[in-house]
Amino acid sequence: MVEWTEQERSIITGIFANLSYEEIGPKALVRCLIVYPWTQRYFSSFGNLYNAEAIRGNPNVAAHGIKVLHGLDRAVKNMDNIKATYAELSVLHSEKLHVDPDNFRVSSAGLQQMHSAHLKADRLVSRRLTFPLFLHQLLADCLTIEIAAKLGTAFTADTQAAFQKFLAVVVSALGRQYH
Amino acid sequence: MLSKKEKALIAEIWESLSPVAEDIGSDALLRMFASFPGTKTYFSHLDISPNSSHLRTHGKKIVLAIADGAKDISQLTVSLAPLQTLHAYQLRIDPTNFKLFSQCMLVTLACHLGEDFTPIAHAAMDKYLSAFAAVLAEKYR
Repeated sequence: MVEWTEQERSIITGIFANLSYEEIGPKALVRCLIVYPWTQRYFSSFGNLYNAEAIRGNPNVAAHGIKVLHGLDRAVKNMDNIKATYAELSVLHSEKLHVDPDNFRVSSAGLQQMHSAHLKADRLVSRRLTFPLFLHQLLADCLTIEIAAKLGTAFTADTQAAFQKFLAVVVSALGRQYH
Repeated sequence: MLSKKEKALIAEIWESLSPVAEDIGSDALLRMFASFPGTKTYFSHLDISPNSSHLRTHGKKIVLAIADGAKDISQLTVSLAPLQTLHAYQLRIDPTNFKLFSQCMLVTLACHLGEDFTPIAHAAMDKYLSAFAAVLAEKYR
């Protein structure tokens, strides 16, 4: 059971309350695809990702980035039970999307719905995991950098620590269904 | 692999940050201590509270070494030789901590440079800091 101090709670809810999902979501995903180009592997259906300019201008990337942040919303609103919040999504990511929980630590409200539609036993038949476990970490790091760039010195050491702790819990919850 | 453009970009960034090496260095260290409390164990001999003179002096040392290496990245093994020996035989900091410090340094750079810390600059810097850490640990075994 994760313990949150009052300070941590207010830091995390504060960051999300003042965040423009439409701005930061796309930037975080764009950054991840540029800084860690091998992550493009998981977005081959998104179209042109040939260079930084293409990635920046790709509408699928932008849309997905926004989705990702909306997905994190659920955790912000359920900080005391992030594990359960993402249980369904975790299965989705491991079984349907074959995403390595280490590669990105995000989930999305849209996926949640898509996910419950697919959560029938026969759909969850053996699917080999094809994604390594680092993607979540990389996207989480890029999100941290985007928020740091936005907030500047207001993104203090304690703020960073709280935010990183939050992301770590989300990633862990998403990764629970992988085995 | 760092391209010529990336090397130039990295050298330029560190050149511009050298005058505020104390601020940058102490900020990165503080972030590391807050996010990764285990790293504090290497500093039990120093006062690492925010704004302490120990913290600022030490932060400055680290940043100036990184900035110095950035002036000629192809010569890192030569320029870091003394520091390699220091870290291998005296400090013996577990290299996992270099990654933690690098991550916090990237956050410091983002806070400091804002929009200018573009994904391209970020990628180049991440590569440089990884290379720097790898060279630093070369004499460990």
